Amino acid sequence: MIALEKRPQPSRGWTLASPVVAVLLTMIAGAALFAALGQDPVQALVKIFYEPLFGEFNFFYLPQLLIKGAPLVAIALGLAIGFRAGIWNIGAEGQYIIGALCGAGVALALYPSEARWLVFPAMLLAGAFGGFAWAMIPGLLRVRFGTNEILVSLMLVYVAEQLLASMALGLMRNPEGQGFPGSRNMARMDAATSWIDQSNGMHWGVVIALIGVIFAYILFARHILGFQIKLAGQAPRAAAFSGVSPARLVLFCLGTSGALAGLAGLTEVAGPSGIVSIDFNVGYGFTAIIVAFLGRLHPVGILLAGTLMALTYIGGDVAQSSLGLPGAAIQVFQGMLLFFLLAVDVMTNYRIRWRERGAV
Amino acid sequence: MTQAGHDRALMVLDGLTKAYPGVVANKDVSFQMRRGEVHALLGENGAGKSTLVKTIYGLVKPDSGTMTLEGAAFAPGDPHAARQAGIAMVFQHFSLFEALDVAENVALGMENPPPLRDLAQRIRDVSEAYGLPLDPARTVGDLSAGERQRVEIIRCLLQDPKVLIMDEPTSVLTPQEVEILFETLRKLRDEGTAILYISHKLEEIRTLCDHATILRLGEVVATCDPRATSARDMAEMMVGGSLHVPQRDVAIPGEMLMQIKGLSVKSPAEFGTSLKSIEIDVRAGDLLGIGGVAGNGQDELLAALSGEITAPRGQIFFSGQDIGALKPDARRSLGICAAPEERMGHAAAPDMSLIENAALTGRKRKGLTTKGFIDWRKARSFAEEIIERFDVRTPGAGNAARSLSGGNLQKFVIGREILQDPQVLIVNQPTWGVDASAAAAIRQALLDLAAKGAAVIVISQDLDELMEISTTFAALNEGRLTKPRPAQGLTVDEIGLMLGGAHDMEVADV
Repeated sequence: MIALEKRPQPSRGWTLASPVVAVLLTMIAGAALFAALGQDPVQALVKIFYEPLFGEFNFFYLPQLLIKGAPLVAIALGLAIGFRAGIWNIGAEGQYIIGALCGAGVALALYPSEARWLVFPAMLLAGAFGGFAWAMIPGLLRVRFGTNEILVSLMLVYVAEQLLASMALGLMRNPEGQGFPGSRNMARMDAATSWIDQSNGMHWGVVIALIGVIFAYILFARHILGFQIKLAGQAPRAAAFSGVSPARLVLFCLGTSGALAGLAGLTEVAGPSGIVSIDFNVGYGFTAIIVAFLGRLHPVGILLAGTLMALTYIGGDVAQSSLGLPGAAIQVFQGMLLFFLLAVDVMTNYRIRWRERGAV
Repeated sequence: MTQAGHDRALMVLDGLTKAYPGVVANKDVSFQMRRGEVHALLGENGAGKSTLVKTIYGLVKPDSGTMTLEGAAFAPGDPHAARQAGIAMVFQHFSLFEALDVAENVALGMENPPPLRDLAQRIRDVSEAYGLPLDPARTVGDLSAGERQRVEIIRCLLQDPKVLIMDEPTSVLTPQEVEILFETLRKLRDEGTAILYISHKLEEIRTLCDHATILRLGEVVATCDPRATSARDMAEMMVGGSLHVPQRDVAIPGEMLMQIKGLSVKSPAEFGTSLKSIEIDVRAGDLLGIGGVAGNGQDELLAALSGEITAPRGQIFFSGQDIGALKPDARRSLGICAAPEERMGHAAAPDMSLIENAALTGRKRKGLTTKGFIDWRKARSFAEEIIERFDVRTPGAGNAARSLSGGNLQKFVIGREILQDPQVLIVNQPTWGVDASAAAAIRQALLDLAAKGAAVIVISQDLDELMEISTTFAALNEGRLTKPRPAQGLTVDEIGLMLGGAHDMEVADV
């Protein structure tokens, strides 16, 4: 009989090893999945993991890695702050959309101004504020009325999607667009673009994600606020005894993650996407939940996990186009990653013992 | 399968061994119980008492060793089998449904409950026969702790047990209730029931028990006749060494430190006890002991003093300043430290290292942060200072709090507060679950702190402890505090009346 036994201390080795083991198990199970779909499993894995990095066309895929990785890392960092405190913001997708809409609103309202020193900073502020304000809705409701922030933040994603559609078709539609839905292309406005170097995939979202990693690292490692966040997540009563105010912590965590998601949305809409369109959001806000956990809620881990997740996105596209793998199979593959991570995670706090049944 | 050698013994335990990973809970434990015997099982926390009784009650399977009941082999697979064989147990923590009445609760715990009306009559009969007053129609939610215990006992008695196991039964009782319980147990004993009595209160064991088996580190280290052995000798057998008795010098009352005037706050917990017009004055050098049965407002009082619950204006003063609205950190900065009862999860975060746990309350008074940034080196040296000064047994300050035993963590928590040099220290159950030598060290540290000129408020359910260290004594009852009285010269009867809530009674002998 297999028995799980709690370790006196969380295992340091397993804390570091479990993401690696989870990735390996995902590859094995994924290979089985691809084989069951009638594909050569080794070739599929090569297409997903090797081709984008070292293949013939990597000059095309490597910039994609930055473009897809940046929003994942930025959003996941914000989520990790809340998750560590036991505050579950599931609605980053909505905050991402609202951030993009607010930032884009500023850019479009000031068009055709060419004062980049004014337009772009104003867009950043508006984007961060938009995400922040959208996250404050579940935050204030929880603090004031004790509502569940998981449900409220998730529901607000669908509200945000409706707002996005309405904006893309109405208020923000390009007046010179011959009636097509979607806004003017901000990536082409010198005053509003978030591109730094389009050919290499560098845009302000990448910069924000990297600065975010550094700030989050310092917050968690050295600052009293990071300590209180961890304390509140692990032992809420001890946190209250220590002097942490739960309401302020909820607002801080939701506000920060909302602002980061908003910034990610803004830099996306003013760069890689360029326009406010109906299908602007592609699920970064949800995938970032996986990234946050895959990265062990640790800033450096999130940086690595975000890169890995971006790789599976890009590699998935490669496999889809060159092997004809169904898109759903790629999503299953990504889902398996979280599944295996959570499963392997048990080993951090528990060890397995073989026990004989019925010993007397 | 009758064994000739054991026919006088009702129950024989032979060579019981049970190992958990990293610790041997019971090692070759053997003893026997006769009919009509009250047998004490003594030992410090972690000595293996609870594993042993769980084995008898069918909750734990031993790795080796055998048990015999009335000459037949006895190896219960679960508590149901143990109850069928005639073993009954009253747990320290009750398993009762507050919304149901007494008879319904009793029926829920029985194998084949009779119709409720018959059962009510039987409960009445048994409670009269054994002198345990209890009305079967009352709702359990309205009963006192002592009455709830009676429900559990009567539930056991209805099964006509051969062996009755009682786990720390008096920890929730007032002295008067203890007397009633002992009368019942003596009656049962005279009828031939064997009683296995687990306790760490040595004086009780001396008055009640015929025989004592003493466990240390899972092994039987001694047996004795408690009536003929002094409490101190038994304590030393338990600890395996000589016991340090706290000493105190009588101090002259110092300046007024903390004044509580009519403190009334609502409990934040749904079934908590709200505090009602609490009055406390403590001066430098005072050691106020607050007794009372659990659940009478102890947690709320600690929270109101530590700042976890804030109080309205004009109710809590520190050196003349109204501090009712201040949060825990602000109160700590002024010099008011506290240690709540629950170590894991309240006083300390189980999954965090001792370094982080040192910073949990120590950051203000120990200057562990500058501009919001934590100096982890300072925090580590503070943690190491606590570990060294309070003899906390751990491989290092980097270990998680949950890896420490209860007693060691308690030493850490108390040490953390004392080393912050507080002017007022409030502790709830400072030695709960702590072994005798560590308890003595903690009490001495509290006395030393008071001798240095701090005021100490000790909330505890252990009356012996309070009598040993307090200068003044008061009792909490349903959220009200009796008028504090000098601890010296209080009699057991007077304490019992205070615990029972005799608030307005001015005792004539003052």
